[in-house]
Amino acid sequence: MKQAPHLPSLRLGKPYCSLNQSEVLDYRDGSVRATLSQVNPGVIRRDLKEVGQARAALQKFSTAELLEISRQAGEFFLHEELPVGEAGELQSPQEYLETLSSTSGLPHIMVRRNMEKIHHALTHMDTILNGLTRGLDVEVLDRGYGEQSGSPVCFHPTTKALGLVMPSNSPAVNSLWLPAIPLKIPVIMKPGKDEPWTPYRLMQAFIKAGCPAKAFGFYPTDHEGAADILRLCDRALIFGDKSTTDQYAGNPGVQVHGPGFSKVLIGDDEIENWPDYLDLMVASISDNGGRSCINASAIIVPKYAKEIADALGQKLGPIKPLAMNDPNAVLSGFANPKMAEWIDSAIDTDLLESGAYDATAPYRDGPRKVKAEGGTYLRPTIIACESIEHPLANREFLCPYASVVEVPQSEMLDKIGPTLVVSALTKCESFKRELLLDPRIERLNVGPISTMKISWDQPHEGNLFEFLYKRRSIGLAA
Amino acid sequence: MRLEIIPVMVSEEQIKHAANDLDQHVEEMINWHFSPESGCPFWLNWAKEQDFNPLKEVRTFAELCNKFPYFEDEWLRDLPNKVWVPQAFADRPFNIFETGGTTGMPKQRIGWDDFRIDYTAFSKTLNDEHFPRDHYWLMVGPTGPRRLRLAIEHLANERGCSCYFVDLDPRWVKRLIATQQFDQARAYMDHVVEQALTIIKNREISALFTTPKLLEALAERRDLVSAGIKGVFCGGTTMDRQYARFLQEEVCEGGKIGFVPTYGNTLMGLARHHPFGPENDYSIAYYAPQPRAVLRVIDTGSGKPVEYNHWGRVELTTLTKEFFMPRFLERDEAIRREPWTEAPWDGVAEIRPFGAMEKKIVEGVY
Repeated sequence: MKQAPHLPSLRLGKPYCSLNQSEVLDYRDGSVRATLSQVNPGVIRRDLKEVGQARAALQKFSTAELLEISRQAGEFFLHEELPVGEAGELQSPQEYLETLSSTSGLPHIMVRRNMEKIHHALTHMDTILNGLTRGLDVEVLDRGYGEQSGSPVCFHPTTKALGLVMPSNSPAVNSLWLPAIPLKIPVIMKPGKDEPWTPYRLMQAFIKAGCPAKAFGFYPTDHEGAADILRLCDRALIFGDKSTTDQYAGNPGVQVHGPGFSKVLIGDDEIENWPDYLDLMVASISDNGGRSCINASAIIVPKYAKEIADALGQKLGPIKPLAMNDPNAVLSGFANPKMAEWIDSAIDTDLLESGAYDATAPYRDGPRKVKAEGGTYLRPTIIACESIEHPLANREFLCPYASVVEVPQSEMLDKIGPTLVVSALTKCESFKRELLLDPRIERLNVGPISTMKISWDQPHEGNLFEFLYKRRSIGLAA
Repeated sequence: MRLEIIPVMVSEEQIKHAANDLDQHVEEMINWHFSPESGCPFWLNWAKEQDFNPLKEVRTFAELCNKFPYFEDEWLRDLPNKVWVPQAFADRPFNIFETGGTTGMPKQRIGWDDFRIDYTAFSKTLNDEHFPRDHYWLMVGPTGPRRLRLAIEHLANERGCSCYFVDLDPRWVKRLIATQQFDQARAYMDHVVEQALTIIKNREISALFTTPKLLEALAERRDLVSAGIKGVFCGGTTMDRQYARFLQEEVCEGGKIGFVPTYGNTLMGLARHHPFGPENDYSIAYYAPQPRAVLRVIDTGSGKPVEYNHWGRVELTTLTKEFFMPRFLERDEAIRREPWTEAPWDGVAEIRPFGAMEKKIVEGVY
């Protein structure tokens, strides 16, 4: 067996081995799969003073060149061996997949799907930029000004670097920052504690493809370091739970990616057809192990909540943990078993409040939290709630979890609260109109589209281009 | 957990000699503090309540450790200062010094000349290259009721220097951090740093005394080398190996500024550091100014020192004519290090707040 690699910090591309190191552990037996250089926050603050050089290094490339680099990086990411340690060790795609699976608890099949999503994003970066910029000629970014739809346009960067405080829950979340590179903005990242693999591999893929190494800051660090990244980069993304993201709500320089509270809504006109949408609901709840912010965590219906909850229970309840390499695996293990314990007990505690029951329990043949395949898992849970006011009606957990709640269609939009993705099953024009006007829905799917469906040519939870660039007026003397 | 051993070249003879000196000093101090003509009311009364007679049964440091229980620091808070006045000092008013960043009624130590004696001795460990004589110092840190303020000024004066001061109130910083008012804490730190930078800009300063975090903050705002700083004397909060390396390699630019970490407090004086760098993985070991103070790293259960290169609780014994404080358990833990040629007794390394690995400790910028 190979020795666990040591992942150094990347100080504007330069590997730096800290004397403080953390361990990335196998979620099953706790064995060390990697050590990670933990830098003191002063290192980040010091490097950020030089970050202008990193942006200048990217500015030397045209956007078209960076798009080509992105495309190549995508191929390298998916197919090639890439450096993974201070000693120059190489990691094959299969090793990456297995190692990430062993530390994150994601089954191989899900890691593979995440890899493919990232590959798709990198190899279709031109489409993504086109969507983010609404068809702007990328040469405008190189020149700083130009024309769009017959009007003069001029854009300037809002920051010298994009700060990132990343999560550990799902590798594909990294696809959100990828456009920053062709947009010529360096990234300064604190990776997720349990998931350094994907960002490190992505940075190595970019570097191998010809991107200046300076464009990448990879800084495993503590809370103070994370706060400094958010404070000192003029634009930053933070991923975290509600208590973390609430601290930055309202800060225009910080784009907050917290729980999605994504939902499937069925309109009055389609509710009699609910059995037709069962598979869509199951997929929305359980794809990617139920770990994404775009997984549905509530099914809102005008009637038949009990029947739908029971049907979902029948479908999801029997799902059990499978071996990591089983292509049918649906559930992810927990890198931190205490998190599973907390979720399990939070659900049970809130079930003590009347008006809700676990619709999966009759079909689960055992407890929600199980030890299996050497790890800790939470089996799918569907909670039927009598009211959307019940504490379990609008919750999100790191497992396939959803409530099913009856709410009259006329009250749905008033009651669902901020929602990252709504898949609305309706053909009713007036309901569609109301949905289109609702500002709290980030992404709206109308018709039978899973909440998990991503459109690469449209922004996800904020437009990165508009975050990193600002339009200004310009006048140029002839 | 076993940690790597730093090679030391100290001889058995040196160690024995230092131990003998300590035993002689213990005997002298016990005679002083437990004799009615020289001792203070507290220890004289305390001895009456014990089932042993220190004057007869405590002649060595080992006997002191066996016979005396841990010093109760509440005594320094709850009892009037006068109970600590040795008879020999009764006709002299005393300085009152308070300990670090705690809130509420502070612990107080009284003193007369100890801080001068301690810091005069410490001055001999500083070199003239980084701490030039006949120049100017700047202290940026806790002044107020702390011994440190007078001690640093004395140290500067001892080297022919005068010292500027910028105050920092650690009690306020701790309160801000404990109540999660991080913006306020940062604003206060900026306020302190700006004052320091103003002095550095407008006066000729060659040596700085400050805390690690303030040093970092100063260096983020001003190139300290070009500002004329030659030496930094730094203490007050934890410096783990990575942080020590960062401060030395980057903030002090790999030796352009002499970096002198210290460990000390109102109750002890000042411990000097063993040279550190890549050769010992930047593990900073401190050595107490023995025999006036003794640091041990102990297992609090047995009260005995832990093995070398193992973690334990820091225990301080202060043995001066002004102040006798046997076996005080510091709120710190450290690795026990072997004796060193320059200080042939045990060292304490990688000091951090006791229980730091288990719980979050509020240290702030002090």
